[in-house]
Amino acid sequence: MSLPPGTLFLLASALLFAIGTHGLVTCRHLLRKVLALNVATTGVFLLLVTLGRSGTTVDPVPHAMVLTGIVVALSTTAVALGLIVRLERRRP
Amino acid sequence: MDLPSTAVLVVVLVTLPLAAATLLFASGRQPRTLTLAAALLLTVAALALGWNVHIEGVSVHRIGGWAAPLGIHWQVTPSGTVMLLATALVGLAGAVYGAGYFLHRAGPEGRMARVFMPLWLFAWGGLNALFVAADLFNLYVALEVMTLASVALVALSARRMALQAAMRYLLAGLFGSVIYLLGVALLYGQYGVLDFDALATMLDPDDPGSRAGAVALTVGLLAKAAIFPLHFWLPGAHGRAEPPVSALLSGLVVAAAFYLMLRLWFGPLAGMLNFGAGTLLGVLGAGALLWGGVLALLQRRLKMLVAYSTVSQFGFAMLVFPLAVSGNRAPVLAGGTLLLANHALAKAALFLAAGTLVRASGSERIGQLVGFSGRARWAWLAVILASAALIGLPPTLGFSAKWLLLQAAVTEGAWWWLAVMLGGTLLTFAYLGRLLELALLDAAPGPSPPPVLTPALLAPALLLALLACVTGLWAFDFELDGKALARLEPGS
Repeated sequence: MSLPPGTLFLLASALLFAIGTHGLVTCRHLLRKVLALNVATTGVFLLLVTLGRSGTTVDPVPHAMVLTGIVVALSTTAVALGLIVRLERRRP
Repeated sequence: MDLPSTAVLVVVLVTLPLAAATLLFASGRQPRTLTLAAALLLTVAALALGWNVHIEGVSVHRIGGWAAPLGIHWQVTPSGTVMLLATALVGLAGAVYGAGYFLHRAGPEGRMARVFMPLWLFAWGGLNALFVAADLFNLYVALEVMTLASVALVALSARRMALQAAMRYLLAGLFGSVIYLLGVALLYGQYGVLDFDALATMLDPDDPGSRAGAVALTVGLLAKAAIFPLHFWLPGAHGRAEPPVSALLSGLVVAAAFYLMLRLWFGPLAGMLNFGAGTLLGVLGAGALLWGGVLALLQRRLKMLVAYSTVSQFGFAMLVFPLAVSGNRAPVLAGGTLLLANHALAKAALFLAAGTLVRASGSERIGQLVGFSGRARWAWLAVILASAALIGLPPTLGFSAKWLLLQAAVTEGAWWWLAVMLGGTLLTFAYLGRLLELALLDAAPGPSPPPVLTPALLAPALLLALLACVTGLWAFDFELDGKALARLEPGS
């Protein structure tokens, strides 16, 4: 039995998304929450790239989206980390 | 004299705030005149664009002349223009208020004064981009620009409570973005397009993959628009932020996420808006209406009351979805758009006036607010006018919006939704009436000497509230235009 191409990647992306979502809800530490969010985002990126790969040719649009998405994720993570640092400094 | 073309105005509206914000940040200084000039210029550009759309109708712009899918399309629609105009008016009022609110040039307040305007301009640029974007991925980027700037604005207030609220807002907002992006990926995997028009023609409403995509897009936006039960982050973030920030976030940023829901469900996803989907969204709205309204009734702090009122009012706006399932969708879309515009003007006025009253009273508790005396009476007048618009008394914009929705409910025989709308209006009346009763019949003397209330703290709120009250007179023209609007909006 052979799986259709890309199945492994789709499963991996679903797993990453599930792990990330689970972590975001269950982890108490803010740093872990931010990391979990990044894991979930990576799952979505993997899904996008996998969907762009199906067929004989590679669709460039998902790649462009993921590139932009990585820049956005980097910026949001930076803001989140900055906020965590400020919160820690104000710990009573 | 001819106005600049719509193409030029759209580019100005999106790039000017982002460029101005970057320059102001980089320079580190913030000449008040320069920032106010940028806000004024943006408002003039939005007004000119409104005039052009009134004359020419909808228009599409291909950035750099590139065609889809690699190129980016911007679409200037009537409903988007209404939102651009509301953003400009609230944005200008917020900028003037901010210049008057952060008094000291040194210390923490000086830092707030320096950072407020650049951050607000970033959010403004994101909002404008969102209102003209017409493809799923650009909307994702615009949403992120808006969310990041908004979180930073909440964190402007350095108190620990505000920072905690900002963190909760950031996590909720980012999780909403991830789910939205998942929806984009699912729909792109199915159809290979991002463009709204192309998606509208290709979408198969019965395909499970597309349904999953639509659900993901919607859940992501529900989290960003703080729709019950995903509203948990809003009261803290809006209630604890500085007053000009609360006004901008409650009036505009939440409305932008909701506008996107309207845009999707009346555009590319219109084929999927069946009885089940419409009822589910309506039930969530009814829940928000009730939950937000009851909690608003129970609040003791002025700004928390106003923040819970936002949860309730967006629940009301959710009722457009069940009303649009069958029958004519154009008046419902017009009603929904006007409802958002009314909320933007009235809620911003309410938050700005609340900030002034809290400063005048030296306390946030509703029982300790100063009464209808001295200069504070102008702030109270703004509160009264804004309350009238939120309740929807004639001839306010809120009345026109609710009238359009009530008419739709009557023609479709949707009596349950009609009852929910009337109940929601009564609840709004109850909590705003309680506020006025508690504060005005049992007024506190306030600190002595009374804090100085400059015109910058009074005029913006009053003007916004007045605008919400008088624009209703023209809104019935918009209802007539609503028929034209239906033809022009893509996919509806």
